[in-house]
Amino acid sequence: MKNPQQDLAEIKSMMERSTRFLSLSGLSGILAGIYAISGAYLAYSWLYSPNVPWGLESSVQIDSPLLTKLTLTGIVVMILSITTAWAFSRKKSKKTASQLWTPAGKRFLQALFIPVITGGFFCMALLHQGYFHFIAPATLAFYGLGLWQASHFTLSEIRYLGYGQILLGIIAALFPQFGLLLWTLGFGALHIIYGSLMYYKYDR
Amino acid sequence: MTGELKGNYDKAFENVTRLRIMSILMVNEQYDFNSFKELLEVTDGNLASHLRYLEKQEYIQVEKSFVGRKPLTNYKATDLGRMAFQQHLEFLENLIHQNKP
Repeated sequence: MKNPQQDLAEIKSMMERSTRFLSLSGLSGILAGIYAISGAYLAYSWLYSPNVPWGLESSVQIDSPLLTKLTLTGIVVMILSITTAWAFSRKKSKKTASQLWTPAGKRFLQALFIPVITGGFFCMALLHQGYFHFIAPATLAFYGLGLWQASHFTLSEIRYLGYGQILLGIIAALFPQFGLLLWTLGFGALHIIYGSLMYYKYDR
Repeated sequence: MTGELKGNYDKAFENVTRLRIMSILMVNEQYDFNSFKELLEVTDGNLASHLRYLEKQEYIQVEKSFVGRKPLTNYKATDLGRMAFQQHLEFLENLIHQNKP
Protein backbone atom coordinates (compact mmCIF):
# COMPACT_ATOMS: atom_id res chain seq x y z
CA MET A 1 0.00 0.00 0.00
CA LYS A 2 1.23 3.46 -0.83
CA ASN A 3 1.27 6.54 1.26
CA PRO A 4 -2.29 7.33 2.47
CA GLN A 5 -1.52 11.05 2.69
CA GLN A 6 -0.61 11.04 -0.95
CA ASP A 7 -3.82 9.23 -1.86
CA LEU A 8 -5.91 11.75 0.05
CA ALA A 9 -4.10 14.65 -1.60
CA GLU A 10 -4.78 13.01 -4.94
CA ILE A 11 -8.50 12.71 -4.16
CA LYS A 12 -8.73 16.32 -3.04
CA SER A 13 -6.88 17.62 -6.08
CA MET A 14 -9.05 15.67 -8.51
CA MET A 15 -12.26 16.79 -6.81
CA GLU A 16 -11.14 20.42 -7.08
CA ARG A 17 -9.79 20.27 -10.60
CA SER A 18 -12.88 18.54 -11.93
CA THR A 19 -15.38 20.92 -10.34
CA ARG A 20 -13.65 24.28 -10.30
CA PHE A 21 -12.49 26.54 -13.05
CA LEU A 22 -9.06 27.57 -11.81
CA SER A 23 -7.67 29.48 -14.76
CA LEU A 24 -9.05 32.91 -13.88
CA SER A 25 -6.28 35.46 -13.89
CA GLY A 26 -5.96 38.39 -11.50
CA LEU A 27 -4.44 40.61 -14.17
CA SER A 28 -7.54 40.36 -16.33
CA GLY A 29 -9.56 41.65 -13.35
CA ILE A 30 -7.24 44.64 -13.03
CA LEU A 31 -7.52 45.40 -16.75
CA ALA A 32 -11.33 45.06 -16.68
CA GLY A 33 -11.31 47.66 -13.90
CA ILE A 34 -9.17 50.00 -15.97
CA TYR A 35 -11.46 49.64 -19.00
CA ALA A 36 -14.49 50.35 -16.81
CA ILE A 37 -12.92 53.49 -15.34
CA SER A 38 -11.96 54.75 -18.81
CA GLY A 39 -15.48 54.11 -20.08
CA ALA A 40 -17.01 55.79 -17.05
CA TYR A 41 -14.72 58.79 -17.52
CA LEU A 42 -15.95 59.17 -21.10
CA ALA A 43 -19.58 58.79 -20.03
CA TYR A 44 -19.06 61.31 -17.25
CA SER A 45 -17.55 63.88 -19.55
CA TRP A 46 -20.37 63.48 -22.07
CA LEU A 47 -23.06 63.65 -19.43
CA TYR A 48 -21.93 66.45 -17.15
CA SER A 49 -18.92 67.99 -18.82
CA PRO A 50 -19.45 71.73 -18.34
CA ASN A 51 -21.77 71.35 -15.35
CA VAL A 52 -21.78 70.02 -11.83
CA PRO A 53 -19.16 67.50 -10.69
CA TRP A 54 -20.06 64.11 -9.18
CA GLY A 55 -23.38 64.04 -10.97
CA LEU A 56 -25.31 65.51 -8.09
CA GLU A 57 -27.65 67.02 -10.62
CA SER A 58 -30.05 64.27 -11.50
CA SER A 59 -31.94 66.24 -14.12
CA VAL A 60 -29.43 65.52 -16.87
CA GLN A 61 -30.95 65.58 -20.31
CA ILE A 62 -30.29 62.38 -22.24
CA ASP A 63 -31.08 62.61 -25.94
CA SER A 64 -30.94 59.64 -28.21
CA PRO A 65 -27.52 60.24 -29.91
CA LEU A 66 -25.97 60.50 -26.44
CA LEU A 67 -27.81 57.38 -25.35
CA THR A 68 -26.40 55.48 -28.33
CA LYS A 69 -22.88 56.69 -27.47
CA LEU A 70 -23.28 55.61 -23.85
CA THR A 71 -24.67 52.20 -24.77
CA LEU A 72 -21.88 51.61 -27.28
CA THR A 73 -19.27 52.56 -24.68
CA GLY A 74 -20.77 50.07 -22.27
CA ILE A 75 -20.73 47.33 -24.88
CA VAL A 76 -17.12 48.08 -25.86
CA VAL A 77 -16.04 47.93 -22.20
CA MET A 78 -17.80 44.59 -21.80
CA ILE A 79 -16.35 43.07 -24.97
CA LEU A 80 -12.82 44.24 -24.08
CA SER A 81 -13.14 42.79 -20.57
CA ILE A 82 -14.44 39.43 -21.76
CA THR A 83 -11.78 39.14 -24.47
CA THR A 84 -9.04 40.01 -21.99
CA ALA A 85 -10.35 37.52 -19.42
CA TRP A 86 -10.51 34.83 -22.08
CA ALA A 87 -6.99 35.50 -23.41
CA PHE A 88 -5.43 35.57 -19.93
CA SER A 89 -7.27 32.41 -18.89
CA ARG A 90 -6.00 30.66 -21.96
CA LYS A 91 -2.47 31.71 -21.16
CA LYS A 92 -2.80 30.62 -17.56
CA SER A 93 -4.28 27.26 -18.42
CA LYS A 94 -1.37 26.63 -20.78
CA LYS A 95 1.10 27.55 -18.07
CA THR A 96 -0.48 25.24 -15.51
CA ALA A 97 -0.96 22.55 -18.16
CA SER A 98 -4.67 22.35 -17.44
CA GLN A 99 -7.48 22.42 -19.92
CA LEU A 100 -9.57 25.54 -20.42
CA TRP A 101 -12.73 24.05 -21.85
CA THR A 102 -13.65 21.57 -19.14
CA PRO A 103 -17.06 20.66 -17.72
CA ALA A 104 -16.11 22.88 -14.76
CA GLY A 105 -15.34 25.77 -17.11
CA LYS A 106 -18.69 25.35 -18.83
CA ARG A 107 -20.56 25.34 -15.54
CA PHE A 108 -18.65 28.43 -14.42
CA LEU A 109 -19.63 30.31 -17.58
CA GLN A 110 -23.23 29.20 -17.34
CA ALA A 111 -23.49 30.25 -13.70
CA LEU A 112 -21.99 33.64 -14.47
CA PHE A 113 -23.75 34.44 -17.71
CA ILE A 114 -27.34 33.41 -17.04
CA PRO A 115 -27.79 36.20 -14.46
CA VAL A 116 -25.66 38.59 -16.54
CA ILE A 117 -27.63 38.01 -19.75
CA THR A 118 -30.90 38.33 -17.84
CA GLY A 119 -29.56 41.62 -16.54
CA GLY A 120 -28.65 42.69 -20.06
CA PHE A 121 -32.19 42.16 -21.32
CA PHE A 122 -33.59 43.80 -18.20
CA CYS A 123 -31.46 46.87 -18.90
CA MET A 124 -32.65 47.01 -22.48
CA ALA A 125 -36.20 47.07 -21.16
CA LEU A 126 -35.26 49.85 -18.72
CA LEU A 127 -33.73 51.87 -21.56
CA HIS A 128 -36.79 51.27 -23.67
CA GLN A 129 -39.01 52.55 -20.88
CA GLY A 130 -36.75 55.52 -20.26
CA TYR A 131 -35.52 54.60 -16.76
CA PHE A 132 -31.92 55.62 -17.47
CA HIS A 133 -30.89 56.11 -13.86
CA PHE A 134 -31.69 52.49 -13.05
CA ILE A 135 -29.16 51.12 -15.54
CA ALA A 136 -26.22 51.44 -13.15
CA PRO A 137 -27.97 49.75 -10.20
CA ALA A 138 -29.32 46.96 -12.44
CA THR A 139 -25.97 46.15 -14.10
CA LEU A 140 -24.24 46.11 -10.70
CA ALA A 141 -26.85 43.93 -9.03
CA PHE A 142 -27.17 41.36 -11.82
CA TYR A 143 -23.40 41.16 -12.28
CA GLY A 144 -23.01 40.68 -8.54
CA LEU A 145 -25.55 37.85 -8.57
CA GLY A 146 -23.72 36.23 -11.48
CA LEU A 147 -20.41 36.40 -9.62
CA TRP A 148 -21.94 34.97 -6.49
CA GLN A 149 -23.41 32.08 -8.44
CA ALA A 150 -20.16 31.49 -10.36
CA SER A 151 -18.16 31.42 -7.13
CA HIS A 152 -19.34 27.84 -6.59
CA PHE A 153 -17.40 26.78 -9.66
CA THR A 154 -14.18 28.76 -9.39
CA LEU A 155 -11.88 30.34 -6.79
CA SER A 156 -14.31 31.05 -3.98
CA GLU A 157 -12.87 34.53 -3.25
CA ILE A 158 -14.83 35.84 -6.21
CA ARG A 159 -17.87 35.64 -3.92
CA TYR A 160 -16.72 38.76 -2.07
CA LEU A 161 -16.44 40.65 -5.34
CA GLY A 162 -20.05 39.58 -5.95
CA TYR A 163 -21.24 40.80 -2.53
CA GLY A 164 -19.53 44.13 -3.18
CA GLN A 165 -21.28 44.60 -6.53
CA ILE A 166 -24.69 43.64 -5.12
CA LEU A 167 -24.27 46.09 -2.23
CA LEU A 168 -23.22 48.93 -4.54
CA GLY A 169 -26.12 48.06 -6.84
CA ILE A 170 -28.63 48.44 -4.03
CA ILE A 171 -27.06 51.70 -2.87
CA ALA A 172 -27.18 52.94 -6.46
CA ALA A 173 -30.86 52.05 -6.69
CA LEU A 174 -31.56 54.09 -3.56
CA PHE A 175 -29.41 57.03 -4.68
CA PRO A 176 -29.74 57.04 -8.47
CA GLN A 177 -28.00 60.42 -8.75
CA PHE A 178 -24.75 58.70 -7.77
CA GLY A 179 -25.31 55.86 -10.25
CA LEU A 180 -22.34 56.53 -12.48
CA LEU A 181 -20.03 57.07 -9.53
CA LEU A 182 -21.12 53.82 -7.85
CA TRP A 183 -20.88 52.00 -11.19
CA THR A 184 -17.26 53.21 -11.46
CA LEU A 185 -16.57 52.06 -7.90
CA GLY A 186 -18.02 48.60 -8.62
CA PHE A 187 -16.82 47.81 -12.10
CA GLY A 188 -13.63 49.87 -11.79
CA ALA A 189 -12.28 50.02 -8.26
CA LEU A 190 -13.58 46.68 -6.97
CA HIS A 191 -12.26 44.85 -10.04
CA ILE A 192 -8.83 46.40 -9.58
CA ILE A 193 -8.72 45.59 -5.86
CA TYR A 194 -9.96 42.03 -6.41
CA GLY A 195 -7.62 41.50 -9.39
CA SER A 196 -4.59 42.69 -7.46
CA LEU A 197 -5.37 40.49 -4.46
CA MET A 198 -5.84 37.45 -6.71
CA TYR A 199 -2.69 38.28 -8.63
CA TYR A 200 -0.60 38.41 -5.46
CA LYS A 201 -2.20 35.30 -4.02
CA TYR A 202 -2.25 32.94 -7.00
CA ASP A 203 -0.44 34.25 -10.06
CA ARG A 204 2.98 35.38 -8.95
CA MET B 1 -2.80 -1.10 21.07
CA THR B 2 -3.82 -1.95 17.55
CA GLY B 3 -7.36 -0.59 17.49
CA GLU B 4 -9.33 -1.99 14.58
CA LEU B 5 -9.40 0.26 11.56
CA LYS B 6 -12.76 1.55 10.51
CA GLY B 7 -13.47 1.63 6.82
CA ASN B 8 -12.19 -0.77 4.26
CA TYR B 9 -9.16 -0.65 2.03
CA ASP B 10 -10.53 -1.33 -1.44
CA LYS B 11 -8.15 -2.87 -3.96
CA ALA B 12 -10.17 -1.25 -6.74
CA PHE B 13 -8.77 2.09 -5.67
CA GLU B 14 -5.20 0.94 -5.27
CA ASN B 15 -4.51 2.09 -8.79
CA VAL B 16 -4.08 5.86 -8.93
CA THR B 17 -6.03 6.31 -12.17
CA ARG B 18 -9.03 4.47 -10.73
CA LEU B 19 -8.74 6.48 -7.52
CA ARG B 20 -8.79 9.68 -9.58
CA ILE B 21 -11.74 8.55 -11.72
CA MET B 22 -13.75 7.75 -8.61
CA SER B 23 -12.81 11.04 -6.91
CA ILE B 24 -14.09 12.93 -9.93
CA LEU B 25 -17.34 10.97 -10.04
CA MET B 26 -17.96 11.59 -6.35
CA VAL B 27 -18.28 15.33 -6.92
CA ASN B 28 -19.63 15.38 -10.49
CA GLU B 29 -23.01 13.97 -11.28
CA GLN B 30 -21.58 12.65 -14.53
CA TYR B 31 -18.36 12.95 -16.49
CA ASP B 32 -17.61 12.04 -20.06
CA PHE B 33 -14.80 10.02 -21.55
CA ASN B 34 -13.02 12.87 -23.30
CA SER B 35 -13.08 15.10 -20.25
CA PHE B 36 -11.56 12.26 -18.21
CA LYS B 37 -8.89 11.92 -20.82
CA GLU B 38 -8.04 15.61 -20.72
CA LEU B 39 -7.98 15.89 -16.97
CA LEU B 40 -6.14 12.65 -16.25
CA GLU B 41 -3.77 12.78 -19.21
CA VAL B 42 -3.84 9.06 -19.92
CA THR B 43 -4.14 7.17 -23.17
CA ASP B 44 -7.51 6.02 -24.53
CA GLY B 45 -6.73 2.35 -23.98
CA ASN B 46 -5.48 2.81 -20.46
CA LEU B 47 -8.47 4.93 -19.45
CA ALA B 48 -10.94 2.55 -21.10
CA SER B 49 -9.55 -0.45 -19.26
CA HIS B 50 -9.72 1.26 -15.88
CA LEU B 51 -13.26 2.42 -16.57
CA ARG B 52 -14.23 -1.09 -17.57
CA TYR B 53 -12.71 -2.45 -14.36
CA LEU B 54 -14.82 -0.07 -12.27
CA GLU B 55 -17.87 -0.88 -14.35
CA LYS B 56 -17.36 -4.60 -13.74
CA GLN B 57 -17.21 -3.90 -10.00
CA GLU B 58 -20.53 -2.10 -10.51
CA TYR B 59 -18.98 1.03 -9.00
CA ILE B 60 -19.80 3.12 -12.05
CA GLN B 61 -22.38 2.98 -14.80
CA VAL B 62 -22.09 3.95 -18.42
CA GLU B 63 -24.51 5.86 -20.60
CA LYS B 64 -23.87 6.18 -24.28
CA SER B 65 -25.61 8.85 -26.28
CA PHE B 66 -25.09 11.11 -29.26
CA VAL B 67 -24.52 14.83 -29.41
CA GLY B 68 -25.33 15.62 -33.01
CA ARG B 69 -23.47 12.80 -34.70
CA LYS B 70 -20.69 12.48 -32.16
CA PRO B 71 -20.95 9.64 -29.71
CA LEU B 72 -20.75 10.73 -26.09
CA THR B 73 -19.96 8.31 -23.32
CA ASN B 74 -20.97 9.46 -19.88
CA TYR B 75 -20.04 7.85 -16.60
CA LYS B 76 -21.80 8.01 -13.25
CA ALA B 77 -20.96 6.61 -9.83
CA THR B 78 -23.41 3.99 -8.58
CA ASP B 79 -24.63 3.89 -4.99
CA LEU B 80 -22.45 0.86 -4.44
CA GLY B 81 -19.46 2.75 -5.83
CA ARG B 82 -20.12 5.76 -3.60
CA MET B 83 -20.34 3.53 -0.56
CA ALA B 84 -17.15 1.68 -1.46
CA PHE B 85 -15.32 4.95 -2.00
CA GLN B 86 -16.56 6.37 1.32
CA GLN B 87 -15.30 3.30 3.12
CA HIS B 88 -11.97 3.51 1.36
CA LEU B 89 -11.69 7.17 2.29
CA GLU B 90 -12.55 6.41 5.90
CA PHE B 91 -9.86 3.75 5.98
CA LEU B 92 -7.22 6.16 4.67
CA GLU B 93 -8.25 8.84 7.15
CA ASN B 94 -8.16 6.46 10.08
CA LEU B 95 -4.82 5.12 9.01
CA ILE B 96 -3.37 8.62 9.04
CA HIS B 97 -5.04 9.36 12.34
CA GLN B 98 -3.62 6.24 13.95
CA ASN B 99 -0.11 6.81 12.73
CA LYS B 100 -0.02 10.28 14.21
CA PRO B 101 2.34 10.41 17.19
